[in-house]
Amino acid sequence: MASHAVDPHVSSTVQHHFENAEQQKDASTVGMWVFLLTEVMFFGGLFLAYFVYRQAYPAAFAAASNNTNLIIGAANTTVLICSSLTMALAVRSAAIGKSNLIVLFLVLTLVLGGTFLGVKAYEYHDKYVRHEIPGHHFDCRDEAGKACTDAAHTPLFFALYFGMTGLHATHMVVGVGIILFLIGQARKGAYSPEWHTPVELFGLYWHFVDIVWIFLFPLLYLIDRSGAPK
Amino acid sequence: MANHSGHAGPHVVPKLLYFAVFLALIVLTWVTTGVSTVDLGRWNIFVALAIAIVKASLVVLFFMHVWYSTRLTKMIVAASIFWLILLLFLTMADIWTRQMMGVPGR
Repeated sequence: MASHAVDPHVSSTVQHHFENAEQQKDASTVGMWVFLLTEVMFFGGLFLAYFVYRQAYPAAFAAASNNTNLIIGAANTTVLICSSLTMALAVRSAAIGKSNLIVLFLVLTLVLGGTFLGVKAYEYHDKYVRHEIPGHHFDCRDEAGKACTDAAHTPLFFALYFGMTGLHATHMVVGVGIILFLIGQARKGAYSPEWHTPVELFGLYWHFVDIVWIFLFPLLYLIDRSGAPK
Repeated sequence: MANHSGHAGPHVVPKLLYFAVFLALIVLTWVTTGVSTVDLGRWNIFVALAIAIVKASLVVLFFMHVWYSTRLTKMIVAASIFWLILLLFLTMADIWTRQMMGVPGR
């Protein structure tokens, strides 16, 4: 950032309507959290739909969720948590003014996020091959090839599976675009310890997307795994 | 919060804290995966969600720096959780109790 500061106590990165850099940063953080609040309610509606239909058709949900791949799900959760760590380290690098490290950690976050999306695409393809996409050719079968319990209601689970993971993946695709922008800016040296608000706020977004997955993973992959008849 | 040094950077937390939180998240992921294969009857969902809530709290407090945030930010975080609970709990309270009544519309 070019420095035109006349008053040594006011940084040039502070816009005129703010008292100081701290107030400006607090305002940005609050704004981002208000946005995340609306995101919580956005995903909340889908979680509510999941709970309502799981309550209505527990057997169908148990049968259908057993068709997800536990190991792939857990491995992909691990990948996403790794990307949250690299994102947190990118924000920390920005705060202590290490531009090269910001770029490195953002690239790592990008690679890990891309890996997650790739695995998700593999899982979607697997579901497509197994006719588990709700529609005319839908067919829910267990490992042995036997029709799922309460098969008539299993499309509900898969509709929610694709809706919830799809909205989550959409957020990640948007995130990937923003990371690319941030990498470009960081390479130009746009971020300093005094001002790196975009990196910090994007960190909040990325961690939020991670949290959504932290709840999606148990609900879609884990809950009926032990096969207990409900 | 009150930072009068003129330095507006965030509270820089030790790298070690991030690695500790990361390790806890990874361990909890594989614990919840392992526990899911054990039949706990109706408690499976509660154990899985409790672990998810612990993981989410770690991310919110440390990766998202809410632990070090202003009270206004903390209030907004609390509000989002409050509204989510209203949405889920009030609706589910209706869904859970409707069958208890022998009236039309259930």
